[in-house]
Amino acid sequence: MAMKKKGSERTRVRPVAPKAWDLKLYVAGQTARSVAAFANLKKICEEHLKGQYRIQLIDLLENPKLARGDQILALPTLVRKLPTPVKKIIGDLSNKDRVLVGLDLRPRVP
Amino acid sequence: MALATKAVMIRQQLDKCPTGVRGLDEITSGGLPKGRPTLVCGSAGSGKTLLGMQFLVMGALKYGEPGVFMSFEETGEELAQNVRSLGFDLKDLEAKKKIFVDYVHVERSEIEETGEYDLEGLFIRLGNAIDTIGAKRVVLDTVETLFSGLSNAAIVRAELKRLFRWLKDKGMTAVITGEKGVNTLTRHGLEEYVSDCVIFLDHRVTEQISTRRLRIIKYRGSTHGTNEFPFLIDNDGIHVMPITSLGLKHVVSRERISSGIPRLDAMLGGKGYYRGSTVLISGTAGTGKTSLAAQFADAACRRGERCLFLAFEESESQIGRNMRSIGIDLAQWVKKGRLQVQAERPTLYGLEAHLAEIQNIIPRFKPSVVVIDPISNLSTVASFIDVKSMLIRLLDLLKSQGVTTMLTALTPAGRSSLESTDIGISSLADAWLLLRDIEIGGERNRGMYILKSRGMAHSNQVREFRLTPHGVDLLDVYVGPAGVLTGSARLAQEAREKAEAASSEAEIEIKRLNLESRRKAMEAEIEAIRSRYKAEEAETERHLVQARQRQVLLGEDRVRMAKSRKADRG
Repeated sequence: MAMKKKGSERTRVRPVAPKAWDLKLYVAGQTARSVAAFANLKKICEEHLKGQYRIQLIDLLENPKLARGDQILALPTLVRKLPTPVKKIIGDLSNKDRVLVGLDLRPRVP
Repeated sequence: MALATKAVMIRQQLDKCPTGVRGLDEITSGGLPKGRPTLVCGSAGSGKTLLGMQFLVMGALKYGEPGVFMSFEETGEELAQNVRSLGFDLKDLEAKKKIFVDYVHVERSEIEETGEYDLEGLFIRLGNAIDTIGAKRVVLDTVETLFSGLSNAAIVRAELKRLFRWLKDKGMTAVITGEKGVNTLTRHGLEEYVSDCVIFLDHRVTEQISTRRLRIIKYRGSTHGTNEFPFLIDNDGIHVMPITSLGLKHVVSRERISSGIPRLDAMLGGKGYYRGSTVLISGTAGTGKTSLAAQFADAACRRGERCLFLAFEESESQIGRNMRSIGIDLAQWVKKGRLQVQAERPTLYGLEAHLAEIQNIIPRFKPSVVVIDPISNLSTVASFIDVKSMLIRLLDLLKSQGVTTMLTALTPAGRSSLESTDIGISSLADAWLLLRDIEIGGERNRGMYILKSRGMAHSNQVREFRLTPHGVDLLDVYVGPAGVLTGSARLAQEAREKAEAASSEAEIEIKRLNLESRRKAMEAEIEAIRSRYKAEEAETERHLVQARQRQVLLGEDRVRMAKSRKADRG
């Protein structure tokens, strides 16, 4: 079901199978920053990945053990589990351009 | 009084957390500040990680304090492998929940920064690890990696400051490692945040020999040794050598022990060296330093004591063979376990490694006598100052254990003064024997004298020192107009004196005989006079008797004549 389209992430988003984008957002409690991060992420996904993504919100205050698995240090951290390779984006995701670059939705401008 | 109370209060406030690292607890008088972070900095490969790991392992094994190791550089697997060679079973300690290893992976290229963030994730991980095993100790190795992993240095800086505060609030005794910067202790100035205790590790290579050193730069509210202390990493981990802290407090012995040479004992006030003293034998090449030392070792073993012989020049079998030629059988003592010969080139390790090795052997072998032959060879691996400081520490250690030490030192030929040693350690020696060669009459012989011997009357005579098939022998030397006579010159002198003595004896005999004959002549004369007197006496006696008889006869005649004349008278 989760079909990988190699090279497709490079330049633009092609419609892929639903939930091909598996995203995890790590936060610690309901802070202003984590709320902002979640809102920013939701917005970007709706704009660029409508229908193809799934966001899992993980509160490390509730599940501190999960921080080790994904090597979480900074918070908030967005982890792109799928498509591979795994990508990490930290911060409140307010810089939209950088989020898109981080998710490989836009080429990195030198 | 008030001062004393204050001092007690401070001591109570400053709880220490023993590291279990040999030597470190001594120079810090008890360990690291309890419940506070300590910064351990140094260049790559200086032993920071190991120090942290040993702190945790010892805490878990010896002091019942579980610990968290947060590694930013090596994975748990790598760490476990690295310390396995030191006998630490990290996996086992992890399984027993005594140590928690968390590998933190930070790679800048994998992380995109998009706005405000903090390092709460790190706090949560660490907090979780601490709670899981009930940790009392924490090691962060090396948090500075965060600076290269994250581009916003301001955030990292602020968060680290918060982290150290947080660790303190949680009462964690923490070791934070930091890489040495160009002109700073750490590359990112961690010393600004961790200011309770700062330990600096250094790894220097001088003339191909590496030496590790440890220095406590700062220890707030506690006294500490400020020197650089050499340390090494051996099979049991880090080993700091704080022997300089021993001071001059050892109790001296009055017991005397034999040098193995009766004549030398006689020179040393008749009894030999003091037990626990340091004896230095110096001399030029081939003057018999090793032989004298071997004789001493042999005597110790003969008394049933144990002797450690550190040979820096010859192998065990070579010493054995050479000493057998002068009638000293060292092999028998080795077999009986009384003699341990430790032969190695000084260049094999650095000075500290030698010192540590000796330190390791002494408690196990418990020698009462240690011979180091020669100390002058040690200067091939380090500067004179280093050798001297090492020897001071070694001798202090040996003295504190009541071990009698014999050091031999080579004096380079052609020195203006023989009474100096390369390393300038003569002041450390309690007794100093000087061996020198005496060249006279086309011969080279050995001479020996006692330069000093603290605390005993000793001979000031130069003795000829001979190596005979049955050991070392000391002989009187002759002091003549040409100087000290040894060897054949001495033999010639002896012969001459013998001859002189013999001729004078003959003269006396003649005189005695003369006297005897004169006595006899005199007695004969006396006898003659006596007999002459006796003859005269007898003659006189005879005359007297005749005279009396004549008178008697005359009387009778007169009577007869009167009768015949019929005299009317009578």
